Amino acid sequence: MDPEVAAVLPAAQDQRRRDPPERQRGVPRGSREIEHLLRRAGFGMSPDDHTRFGEMGFDEAVDEVVDGPVIPADADQFIGSPGYLGVRLVNNAFLPNTIIADARQRWLFRMVHSRHPLEEKMTLFWHNHFATAYSKVSGIYGSVEATRMMAAKPSEDPGGVRGQIETIRALALGNFRDLLVAMAQDPAMLVWLDGRLNTRTRPQENFGREILELFTMGVGFYTESDVYAAARVFTGWNLQRIGGASDPAGRQVFVYNASQHETSAKTFSFPIYADGTTTIPARSSADGLQDGLDLIEAVARHPETSRRLARRLWGFFVSDIDAPDDTFVEEVAREYLSSGYDIRSTVRRVLTTAAFTGAAARFARYSWPVEFVVRAIKEVGWSGFSIYDALAPLSSMGQVLFEPPDVAGWELGRGWFTSGTMLARANFAATLARNQRNNLVAAARSSASSPASLLFWVLDRLPSVRFEGPEQTALQAYLLGSGSWNGTDAQLQAKLPGLVHLVAGSAQFQFV
Amino acid sequence: MTISRRAFIRGGAAVTAGVSIPGFLTGLVRAQGSGSRALVILDLLGGNDSLSMLIPYGDPAYYSRRSTIAVPAANVLQVGTDAAGRALGLHPRLTGLSTLFNQGRVAFLQRVGYPNASRSHFLGNDIWGTANPAAPQGAGWIGRYLDTLPAPVDPLKAWCSAGELPRTLVARTVTVPAIPSASSYTYSSPNSGAEALLERATAERMATSAPAGQAHVAFVNASLQAALATLDRVATVTGYVPTITYPATALAQALRTVAGALARRIGTSIFWVQTGGYDNHASQGTNEVTGTYRSLMGTLGDALLAFATDLSNQGLLGDTLVVQFSEFGRRISENGSRGTDHGAAAAILAIGGRVRGGLYGTAPVLTLDPQNPTLENNAGDVRYETDFRSVYARVADQWLGADSVALLGGDFRKPGLDFV
Repeated sequence: MDPEVAAVLPAAQDQRRRDPPERQRGVPRGSREIEHLLRRAGFGMSPDDHTRFGEMGFDEAVDEVVDGPVIPADADQFIGSPGYLGVRLVNNAFLPNTIIADARQRWLFRMVHSRHPLEEKMTLFWHNHFATAYSKVSGIYGSVEATRMMAAKPSEDPGGVRGQIETIRALALGNFRDLLVAMAQDPAMLVWLDGRLNTRTRPQENFGREILELFTMGVGFYTESDVYAAARVFTGWNLQRIGGASDPAGRQVFVYNASQHETSAKTFSFPIYADGTTTIPARSSADGLQDGLDLIEAVARHPETSRRLARRLWGFFVSDIDAPDDTFVEEVAREYLSSGYDIRSTVRRVLTTAAFTGAAARFARYSWPVEFVVRAIKEVGWSGFSIYDALAPLSSMGQVLFEPPDVAGWELGRGWFTSGTMLARANFAATLARNQRNNLVAAARSSASSPASLLFWVLDRLPSVRFEGPEQTALQAYLLGSGSWNGTDAQLQAKLPGLVHLVAGSAQFQFV
Repeated sequence: MTISRRAFIRGGAAVTAGVSIPGFLTGLVRAQGSGSRALVILDLLGGNDSLSMLIPYGDPAYYSRRSTIAVPAANVLQVGTDAAGRALGLHPRLTGLSTLFNQGRVAFLQRVGYPNASRSHFLGNDIWGTANPAAPQGAGWIGRYLDTLPAPVDPLKAWCSAGELPRTLVARTVTVPAIPSASSYTYSSPNSGAEALLERATAERMATSAPAGQAHVAFVNASLQAALATLDRVATVTGYVPTITYPATALAQALRTVAGALARRIGTSIFWVQTGGYDNHASQGTNEVTGTYRSLMGTLGDALLAFATDLSNQGLLGDTLVVQFSEFGRRISENGSRGTDHGAAAAILAIGGRVRGGLYGTAPVLTLDPQNPTLENNAGDVRYETDFRSVYARVADQWLGADSVALLGGDFRKPGLDFV
């Protein structure tokens, strides 16, 4: 190996870490902190994002990320436009409100192109938190109605149906209690956890259990009898059909079915009301809806809910390598409670903690498959790539949107990584690099005078955990191969996609 | 690193049927028992209602507490009476399993569970996975077994046929490969020919140089390394031609792949297979022709019959043991949605050529009486009679040749539980 190359490479990575004021193409680049912010509170930075955030300080960038752009911009309007990520038109139509594969394409498109990526990021967070699977809903109501219940935009649905993911998006940075109420009354959730069948004489425990175990306080802070009482609380929270089966506007909506509500008092092991009383009083069936609202208020207020959310936000934004820091948990939990369960201010708090901004948090989270895919697309390129071609690979990586494996959501952190799923990631990197071959060569041509400069270019474009000496040696050996370096297009056509594949398919790139 | 790269260059390119174990692994595989016994762990995800699988059809409370979902006595496939004289029958759609039972190859282990059963899917799975109800974290019980094997452990010693690695297979010293589809378990490249081979060799070099002090990166590297070290052998399974036709269900196809791995003798001795759909809170459908549970039973019984027959035809069934479990049983009384909620202990099954078939333990008496000793939770759920760790102990001692006391952190051996 060329000793000069070996000397140049660590310096190249160090240089990137020292925040060079200018990117190679003359575009101002943001600081490492802002890149970190955009990987966590978004899905990474495209070259355009570097321009947008390049002049900002960190605090300004946090405000931009949390509050969104001053002029809201709906990414959906660009679907199908040149210069954007492609979608596949199956049967010459794109029907994201009624075909689940198209709903997946639309959401991934938003993740790549949204001007308010935190909104998409938190929607993903809550999708995992209130994990609802399309397949159960479609098994009962069919694929069209199930897609509407999961993903329809009300403005595009003949019955004004707001799919679960749209409800989540609208409240993703809103009030957590409101989000709980919305989920308890969400038609897809009422199917998923059988609330539609929860009746007076035979209470159904499924939702009552999960709201305590998974949506709020967590195991250890409620009893089995709390589960049975919670089931009774939500009796009569059912579904009702509006419109006939052949009516395109026909839909399932939440209904409080007073005749199916169990009216007796329900006692819990934890306080229900601010005065510390633990019993929801017996009420007339007409007033019984209030039972559920009282319980939701109680679990939203419960200190263990605030801590559990803080720990989950730690795992999502800060690190899933290091255990949550006690100070962080108390600080974020306090913000959640004092803000009256406001998610936006809680997340803003998270993003300004020392734990988040500190260097230890950098690349300290295992990326979720959709994060890996979206970041790879934003950093490698998308012109000429159809997001449809990421759907099957995402399945092999272990994450199909609208299809979490169970109500606890996906197995995060190390749970994402098995030999099979890692192979799928490396193979997606190969697919994307092959697809972007010409774009990459055109962009890198002027940086290909030596293997070292090409490697610098790729590592700058695809930030990752630092490659140590042995990996760098291996990458250089790959570039040099058995021949000599001449940097011609012919050589770049083979070596550049190969290099991008090796970097994006490496262990080091699987962290955000 | 050098060895695996050289081995790759020698045999790696020929990813075609007929390639057997790469040379460098042959000794390793032999040392760790290629061609010897295989254990297949079958997980029914969601909490199996075993009262609908192995039915106490002589118990009046079974009918009074399950007015819509009980299976009529006339429809069950009778399997005799247990040690307490309680009559039992299989779900009518378990015809395949019934055939195997009559061949003496199926053992039903009744009322298997543990004290203070968790009704949570996730905690329940972790408890069954770790065999440690008090602290269900860290490595799984099979993972700990793998950790006791002499290093280096063959990376294909165990094979997970699910995309996600279950707690049971989490080990400290080895990353068990997750191979949901053998045919797509390949390494792609944007290039072809020599360039693609060079990329793969580079990926192997990078994956084998674990960065110091970065356990998280090393962990992901190990996943990639496990893939690169096993995919040529896995590829040999894709050309497997079974002796019989398997059903088209995902479960049957997963078992077909296991049979292929056993027939090709690639050295794997632990397999994980799972099948879902058992969380039937509503419209459980035990009797209806297209009912949910009835279909589950058909899928299960037919797949197991195909698997056992295929192995038997090749003389491999005697070296194979299937042990099934589920994270919990279900509530005895049906709920208002014609389904069942989360419960406690349940019956599980074991299948194999060396299994002593029959009924082990006793069925619960379902009478709704808080004092009923076979039940718990105000007679709502089945109380365990056999600790699940006793089942593991038998498998560990008699089948894996391990030391169950060390593996399970206690003596759970149970006299009479001699199903294998």
